[in-house]
Amino acid sequence: MLRRSALALAAAASLFAAPAAFAADTIKVGVLHSLSGTMAISETVLKDTVLMAIDEINAKGGLLGKKLEPVVVDPASNWPLFAEKAKQLISQDKVAVVFGCWTSVSRKSVLPVFEQTNSLLFYPVQYEGEELSKNVFYTGAAPNQQAIPAVEYLMSKDGGGAKRFVLLGTDYVYPRTTNKILRAFLHSKGITDADIIEDYTPFGHADYQSIIAKIKKFAAEGKKTAVVSTINGDSNVPFYKELGNQGLKATDVPVVAFSVGEEELRGVDTKPLQGHLAAWNYFMSIKGSANDAFIKKWSDYAKAKGIAGHKDKPLTNDPMEATYIGINMWAQAVKKAGSTDTDKVIAAMAGQTFPAPSGITSKMDEKNHHLHKSVFIGEVKADGQFNVVWKTPGPVKAQPWSPFIPENKGKKDEPAK
Amino acid sequence: MLRALGAARVSLAWIFMIKRLLLGWLLALGAVSAWALSPELASRIAAGEGDDRVAALQQALAAGDESLGPFLRALQDGRVRVKGGQALVIAEGVMAPADAEEPMLNNRMRREIEAALAGLDLLSKDRATRAKALATLRDAADASKLALFEKALAAESDGELRSQLNSLVAGAKLSSADPGQRRAAAAELAGSADPATRALLLEKLGAETDPGAKVAMQRTVDNIGARLAWGERAQLLFSGLSLGSVLLLVALGLAITYGLMGVINMAHGELLMVGAYATYCVQQGFRAWAPGAFDYYLWVALPASFLAAALVGAAMERTVIRWLYGRPLETLLATWGISLVLMQAVRTLFGAQNVAVENPSWLSGGWALLPNFTLPYNRLAILAFAALVLVGMALLLAKTRLGLMVRGVTQNRRMAACVGVNTARVDTLAFALGSGIAGLAGCALSQIGNVGPDLGQSYIVDAFMVVVLGGVGQLAGTVYAGLGLGVLSKLLEGWQGAVLAKIALLMLLVLVIQKKPQGLFALKGRAVE
Repeated sequence: MLRRSALALAAAASLFAAPAAFAADTIKVGVLHSLSGTMAISETVLKDTVLMAIDEINAKGGLLGKKLEPVVVDPASNWPLFAEKAKQLISQDKVAVVFGCWTSVSRKSVLPVFEQTNSLLFYPVQYEGEELSKNVFYTGAAPNQQAIPAVEYLMSKDGGGAKRFVLLGTDYVYPRTTNKILRAFLHSKGITDADIIEDYTPFGHADYQSIIAKIKKFAAEGKKTAVVSTINGDSNVPFYKELGNQGLKATDVPVVAFSVGEEELRGVDTKPLQGHLAAWNYFMSIKGSANDAFIKKWSDYAKAKGIAGHKDKPLTNDPMEATYIGINMWAQAVKKAGSTDTDKVIAAMAGQTFPAPSGITSKMDEKNHHLHKSVFIGEVKADGQFNVVWKTPGPVKAQPWSPFIPENKGKKDEPAK
Repeated sequence: MLRALGAARVSLAWIFMIKRLLLGWLLALGAVSAWALSPELASRIAAGEGDDRVAALQQALAAGDESLGPFLRALQDGRVRVKGGQALVIAEGVMAPADAEEPMLNNRMRREIEAALAGLDLLSKDRATRAKALATLRDAADASKLALFEKALAAESDGELRSQLNSLVAGAKLSSADPGQRRAAAAELAGSADPATRALLLEKLGAETDPGAKVAMQRTVDNIGARLAWGERAQLLFSGLSLGSVLLLVALGLAITYGLMGVINMAHGELLMVGAYATYCVQQGFRAWAPGAFDYYLWVALPASFLAAALVGAAMERTVIRWLYGRPLETLLATWGISLVLMQAVRTLFGAQNVAVENPSWLSGGWALLPNFTLPYNRLAILAFAALVLVGMALLLAKTRLGLMVRGVTQNRRMAACVGVNTARVDTLAFALGSGIAGLAGCALSQIGNVGPDLGQSYIVDAFMVVVLGGVGQLAGTVYAGLGLGVLSKLLEGWQGAVLAKIALLMLLVLVIQKKPQGLFALKGRAVE
């Protein structure tokens, strides 16, 4: 009796051990986006975008004969928690790749984890550059693919010929670095420090009265003024509300934002905001069959899964597009490499192309881990969508090391091995 | 050419030409209008390169077509489509053809169109239309419009509008080639209080070569600057008071539960959140069942948020806090636990993301008191609301039986019990009252900020700060502290930015508490203990 149960136990043990020994029949994919806290407004849909793409890949038979299995964690807009959750995904859940992060401070917090464990992170949001890690693929824009063209547009005749700039941001690494680059860029265009003010607010700041008053005052002190906003997260809602209520019109002082898209404007009455600008590499309003297909895919998925908000009014935006491109390129690279091994996938990623919803053929640069992207500038319309008023003639190669920062001279345009 | 369309006999050749040249006026409801704007010009205004579009607009304006106005208005309203290089005007309420493109309007075009329309309206017969046009043109007074302004001035009979026109003419004359005229124009503008005029003057000042004109311009700039400074000061004061009123609202509930009853309620912020979510629920209800009355949802949301938070507060008091009176440390921990439970409950019920609470239309926008001083309606409403709640609470405490009992119990519990006051019941009611006021504050906060599960977290520190600074147990102290902190924080923000302002304020609080542990406005004598 005793022997028999021991045998059964051994059999059971071997049963349990078997899947572990064959490293499972799924490929695990980590999703590291804040689903609560101040950044949830922006990041939650990215999680759903990853899940949608995974469903799509699985429906086509998965990768290397295995299904993809998402592992979703919530780092709750808490930067140190990002690193903890990343560690958990890599060492405990053994994921092959992680899609995640929005703010640069969260990316900086997880970066050492990915480098130490030699794992892969796909980062889908425009950022400040000044970083190039072999373990990260940056599918969002570098400053020369968003910030610089946007400011050039503001200075052009069509953009209003701005001569004075208010650089407004949330107080963390992305806005501070971007504004440093922009200041250097403006200097190169002959704009002096007297015509630039920089102002920062904490995360989750809700009272923008004095900032708007300051902008008004600055605008009355001379030539044509424009505002460059790198405000992130849910602070944008009170900011734009106050802007509308105080009657600061886009025809007088246009605001160009780098972190405000269709999703962030969802809860805002956009009628008074008409004409304010956003610079991105994708807008939902871009016409084309690739975008139509993407929007339809998302609408159907949102309806099927009952995603709050999106099931009634589906919206797509730039980071969603970047996420979608990222995961598809990763899948292509895994297929090409025939393995999910980090180094093999990194090698296979170089030069990957994918038909982007924005209408271009998106290409991963052979060396610098960034996508080549077209830049679009859109104006807010009354219905919360954007009207593209300017775009680059074709895709632009990313410059992660901005040439406007003198210390960057001589830095190599590829990650150190 | 279009007149031909109106004519009864339209030859095939005409139709062909019209089609070819453009002008697919969709004559939806048979509305035929006089059309003198050449189709070619219209399509050039609607589409093409920015410079060319502006030139076409100026050309049409110079030609003085009557049909330009309606066309531009249609363009503004998004009722113009471009199809095969032709501009079509879509009649109101008619679906646009699917294959036609919407013309692109950027800020520059929008500004030009606004200015062009205002220029046309300047000669209108209706005084209100002219006044509106003048307000629009204030920011666009450049030399090219001088002829227009002078023409309007000659026709204008209304005194007030004349003086406005005069300053517009002066603004345009600042670019005149004659230094004497520039000097006179600068002197003429000395009475202005408009930021746009100042900006214009500063721009011209940089390029001015004539010393006399330079002096005159500088003097005018200084004059306007001095006048504008009042608007700026008023704006600063107002934003300070507005922030102060928010702080006051947030702290009033706590002034009862902590100030009078001595309960360190760490869940106070979550009571705010409950009020805000109650507002959200009422809003959703109105949207679903009474969309026509949406603008009035706040009137239902106010009592609903009070009741919701008061009920939660009463339940908290009955189940947890009651057993912990006189044990501040345990109360602190228990209420902190409750705050976590409440937050998680809301996350489970409504999701972790912020929910959108929309302002009713009468709370959107603002009242432009001076050109550089606007009072947003939602801030004004909150200021008034805070005053109302404050007065209501003061009356309740000072004049009613419940207020008397609350004061009695908090001052001397045993004596109150001796004279027959049901102290347990009074405790519950007082705590529910404080919580309900927190709920009202939550309703107000939903109108200016984000509503999410951690809404309370960002206000709890501020609330305690106000109550502690004002002096525990002192309603008047809470008022002074709330408004004072608001104004001070806005002053610091204007000076050093929002991040440092927050730090400086907390440092200041530490210093004050060190010097005056009872708060700034502590009661003198034994009552404090």
